[in-house]
Amino acid sequence: MIYFDNSATTPIDPRVLDTFVKVSQTYPGNPSSLHQLGRKATEVLELSRQQIKDILNLKNREVLFTSGGSEGDNLIIKGVAHNRKLSGHHIIVSAIEHAAVLNAAKQLEKEGFEVTYLSPDKNGQIRPETLSNAIRNDTILVSIMAVNNETGAIQPLNELSDILQKYPQIVFHVDAVQAVGKQLESIYLNDRIDFLSFSGHKFRGPKGIGFVIYHPNRHFDPLIAGGGQENGLRGGTENIPAIAAMAKALRLSFDNINQCQKKYIEMKNILLNFLDKDPDFYVISKNSKIYTPSIISFALIGVKGETVIHYLEAQETFISTTSACSSNRNQPSHVLMAMKEPDEVIKGELRVSLGPQNDISEMKNFVNQLEKMKDKLKVFI
Amino acid sequence: MKRYYFDHAATTPVAPEVIQTITKSLIDDFGNVSSTHYFGQREKLKLRQAREVLANAINANLNEVYFTSGSTESNNTIIRQTALSRQNQGKHLITTAVEHPSVLKVMQDLAKKGFDVTFLPVDDSGTISITDFKAALRPDTILVSIMYANHETGRLMPIKEIGQILKNHSAWFHVDATQALGVTKIDVKKLGIDFLSASAHKIYGPKGIGLLYKNQNCVIPPLLIGGEQENKFRAGTTNLPLIFGFAKAMELCDSKEINKWVIIYQEEKRELVKLLTELGVDFAVNGDFNQALPHILNLWIKGIPSNVLLPLLDLDGFALSAGSACTAGSAEDSPVLTAMYPNNLIRVRQSIRISLGHDNQKADVIALAHAIAKRVNHFKRSKEKAVS
Repeated sequence: MIYFDNSATTPIDPRVLDTFVKVSQTYPGNPSSLHQLGRKATEVLELSRQQIKDILNLKNREVLFTSGGSEGDNLIIKGVAHNRKLSGHHIIVSAIEHAAVLNAAKQLEKEGFEVTYLSPDKNGQIRPETLSNAIRNDTILVSIMAVNNETGAIQPLNELSDILQKYPQIVFHVDAVQAVGKQLESIYLNDRIDFLSFSGHKFRGPKGIGFVIYHPNRHFDPLIAGGGQENGLRGGTENIPAIAAMAKALRLSFDNINQCQKKYIEMKNILLNFLDKDPDFYVISKNSKIYTPSIISFALIGVKGETVIHYLEAQETFISTTSACSSNRNQPSHVLMAMKEPDEVIKGELRVSLGPQNDISEMKNFVNQLEKMKDKLKVFI
Repeated sequence: MKRYYFDHAATTPVAPEVIQTITKSLIDDFGNVSSTHYFGQREKLKLRQAREVLANAINANLNEVYFTSGSTESNNTIIRQTALSRQNQGKHLITTAVEHPSVLKVMQDLAKKGFDVTFLPVDDSGTISITDFKAALRPDTILVSIMYANHETGRLMPIKEIGQILKNHSAWFHVDATQALGVTKIDVKKLGIDFLSASAHKIYGPKGIGLLYKNQNCVIPPLLIGGEQENKFRAGTTNLPLIFGFAKAMELCDSKEINKWVIIYQEEKRELVKLLTELGVDFAVNGDFNQALPHILNLWIKGIPSNVLLPLLDLDGFALSAGSACTAGSAEDSPVLTAMYPNNLIRVRQSIRISLGHDNQKADVIALAHAIAKRVNHFKRSKEKAVS
């Protein structure tokens, strides 16, 4: 079996699973309880929080636990907008965001907010001047992702932050769900970025848990009110086993980052060497530092992405078309449309996304499979 | 030292079978259900089976059961989104003064935003009166949110009667059943419930997963929007391992099991009350001993403040609480007991909650009674000494 769909979700790391099980058994308490079991659970909660702050080297930023990336995005986009609606009604997001950001923005449009959707350049990056031109006096929030989930395009967050330095009143949110394990933290953690959302299961942690990094002086309305947990910013009994497991997964991901990057580059080169030689393949995530090496987006021109997926699946090889969240609908990729890719590329889009558990021999096998597949699917081309 | 856990209303330990289910799923089912490939398809089938377990447990249809991150999210979704989507039909909501904070806070927030919220008072047994409810109900009432039973006293609310009354009214009926699921049989159709919230971690399931039942005729927009999971009603990558864990926990609490535990809990509660009496502890039951969930008992231990007694019992190895866990973290007086005994602050401050669970034995309850008696007597003696 070859699993190359790590941008959709990653298999949990056995060491992370171990933490999850051990914490479930050893710390059964509710952190809000005052007795010993409650205090022990609180210790695990706060240790995990501190661990995340240490790993990411956070200064002047706090960590808040959520149920995942979608909740984090909803919390910040809607929470900041609702909190600041007296200051302005204009929001800027990129057109290539994850559905959680885009649909939260659409919900706000229905409530009377105005949203500008920034188009990417032909490489799939948001240009600083595009952002600069969109900013208005009443802009309250800008949300741009760190790494695009379909193309792997790394967004120029530092340059975008430079633009926003001139507008200290604007809140800057970054969906960093795809960033962990793909870049060093310095790229997506700078002083100008106020909020970031993360999801545990994208870096070999469990599903159903995520976190938001927030600026303590930037206010937002809670999305889920309740028992005062998380400083009153997010109600609900804290999911201690998953939180501890996620902190562990984050650490393991950072321990491995250089080694993995090297491996991904090598794997991507193997794939590109094959794809570039064959004119029927069209590569979106080219050989450039713009793209994180673990996400490779391409198309077999003239063959629908789905046909390829199902062909490969029969050989126990799993890749995807667009993002998992939109692939179910068979809708064309909004990311490639925003990049103005030709129709035949959009229809044929394929995404290979690598994870720490993958190795080079798998990529070699995958290339062999593609080669054989092309012979079989020739009739379509 | 042996440790005793009597705080199951705060959270329950995860059953070993449930941990096994979750672990197996974490290893086997790592696909994303939204993916089109094989992993996704196989897991969709298993997801449907898990949903069926929950739907059957409350007699709902399969398309009426949604998974959330827990009751707090379910409560927030139901109340906020109903208010948002029905505000053109009316701006009046009814709830009780003793709901969980995840209901109360949202209601208070809505009141600030211009909604008219009635907080029904409770009597000294901790329940609301039907007369009060009927008087509060108006043509512009859009939502009634009343818990199945209170989380601090276990006191049952007149859910059946309210469901009956609302049959002829356009208001939707929400029931927070977080404390009731798994210890009592709930039938949403028979009770006329439109929305129901519950959490896995109160029934020996994992934390971080909950249930939202929504009558298929009640349409509200999602609180968490994004991908198209949960029939576009709740975004976020489907949390299969915890959902399977939840379903497993629910199966372990099926109706035969419920009946067994009801009998055991009632016996343990009777034993506790009997022993405390015999040991000369001066106490009173907060609420109603019989009209309560079987596993919760709230006691006024006269003469000793709970913030003195509970840390002492904790030293002895007994974990129990004063208010709910969610308000216990703060030093506030219990809002539930304050609503029940507005003129008796001493009673509010001298009360403790014992909530029983599968891991408690009759011998544990006996040990608890002795520990309470010992600590109370010691405290009273030292106080008398100080006075003389």
